[in-house]
Amino acid sequence: MALTLSDVKRIAHLARIEVTDAEAGQALGQLNDIFKLIEQLQSVDTTGIEPMSHPLGGSQRLREDRADTPENRDANMMNAPKQQDGFFLVPKVIE
Amino acid sequence: MFEKSVAELGRALIAREVSAVELARLFLERIESHGHLNAFRDVRPEVTLSQARAADVRIAKGDVTPLTGVPIAHKDIFVTRDFYSTASSRILENYMSPFDATIVEKLGDAGMVSLGKLNCDEFAMGSSNENSYYGKVLNPWDKSAVPGGSSGGSAAAVAARITPAATATDTGGSIREPAAFSGVTGIKPTYGRASRWGMIAFASSLDQAGIMTRSAEDAALVFNAMLGFDSKDSTSVDRVAEDYTRSLNLNLEGMRIGVPKEFFGEGLQADVEKAVREALAEYVKLGARLVDISLPNAALGIPVYYVIAPAECSSNLSRFDGVRYGHRTTHNGDLIDMIKKSRSEGFGPEPKRRILIGTYVLSHGYYDAYYIQAQKVRRIIADEFQRAFRECDLIAGPVTTSVAFGFGEKAADPVSMYLSDLYTIPGSLAGIPGMSIPCGFGAKNRPVGLQLMANYFDEARLLGAAHRYQQATDWHLRAPPAAKK
Repeated sequence: MALTLSDVKRIAHLARIEVTDAEAGQALGQLNDIFKLIEQLQSVDTTGIEPMSHPLGGSQRLREDRADTPENRDANMMNAPKQQDGFFLVPKVIE
Repeated sequence: MFEKSVAELGRALIAREVSAVELARLFLERIESHGHLNAFRDVRPEVTLSQARAADVRIAKGDVTPLTGVPIAHKDIFVTRDFYSTASSRILENYMSPFDATIVEKLGDAGMVSLGKLNCDEFAMGSSNENSYYGKVLNPWDKSAVPGGSSGGSAAAVAARITPAATATDTGGSIREPAAFSGVTGIKPTYGRASRWGMIAFASSLDQAGIMTRSAEDAALVFNAMLGFDSKDSTSVDRVAEDYTRSLNLNLEGMRIGVPKEFFGEGLQADVEKAVREALAEYVKLGARLVDISLPNAALGIPVYYVIAPAECSSNLSRFDGVRYGHRTTHNGDLIDMIKKSRSEGFGPEPKRRILIGTYVLSHGYYDAYYIQAQKVRRIIADEFQRAFRECDLIAGPVTTSVAFGFGEKAADPVSMYLSDLYTIPGSLAGIPGMSIPCGFGAKNRPVGLQLMANYFDEARLLGAAHRYQQATDWHLRAPPAAKK
């Protein structure tokens, strides 16, 4: 299986990364090399094997269900590129 | 004084032979005089000296740990209140965290004094430290060689005696490979031992913090303060605290060291093989017995890793959108344009490449064929380790196929760079502890590392076996020319 230029552009859009035609062309060759490496997995017989999502298995630990003090809002917003009155600003989405 | 180990510095501080402030000044001067290595990303003497003064107050009151007043530096993948936290990426340029990573906090609580933040590959993605937005790090042994990656700044700083210890992280080999290339001791613990809270995420089911020092004894001392359960990390393992120094005087008589034949096959350079075989012979002299073992599917670790790690990375790095923090484009456009441009300008080529691979393998129609299949092969590899550990107590072999390569040698070909982690990835996939200790020199007088791996939660024995080797040899004490000034 080999990717095409339009695949690369579609994936880049899904990943919300802007790529120029030149970048997409360069990525195409590299991604296809990497997929050649990954293709080796297709020939492994994995019948009856459980997927391993975590080294130690088990279930997700949940914390006790009780209210907790939230982190400080000002501190959490201090790195925002654009903000106003305690809100994050983004380009207008509703006319 | 800068040649002293963590253990020696801790004792000298308690004996008042030196103060924490004096040590902080000494190492800050060394950071400056070794600036050409580009190991450090952010240094703030006023922060360091204030922590050192606090440590001296503790020492005066007798409120001490073996680490109080001892300097350390943190890989710039751990967030810190007092220094920039950038993951060596443009997308987090000048980012100041509102909190400290748990590990930074724990080492600070023990009284360690932070010298600042260390350069690394962008988002810990790389094997040569050439992927940092803030420039490459030089190998103190040979300035034309890479220090290894992704924890290249940590390795170079410890090797050049700019810091006695440095935190690091390992996702597929990012502690062991740079430790081998730069001739220092590096260990990653069992997955779940070190808190991931405040460690900027790359591949969450693999990421694990560890430490680089010059000796196994020092690593054990730092682990005592650094590891342990953290309720803020959902994959943290809840076990009783243990003393990682308890087995340093391990008796090696009769210990079975498994030697995987797959780690000595095609691709392994003769100079590395020679040094590693000599290290194995040293273990035999110390009483251990070598056992031939097999990890038949270890080589599939690389394709498994390059499905799972990019998949998890594409998910983790989706948080960078130019809205809440991080780089935001100055171009005008709608919301989607703004996000796409911000990400495109902020991420370097390697994170972009991995985000694209990850997005693809997780996309509709490919999820089962790639992602689930990779997770199944991951289990096959992990099970092979468990079978091997029925026949041996530890596993030993090379860390890398060659000594450190030169700048630019692999940068243009991602696949050849990815193959650098052939021997380290299998242990990462299984989640077992692993370490690299210096065991000699190869081509161009560049360092060689011996890899030691143990079963889950067997770090104390791993450190003990490494310590015994370091008592019998002096490779770990050799200093590069850059360290002598």
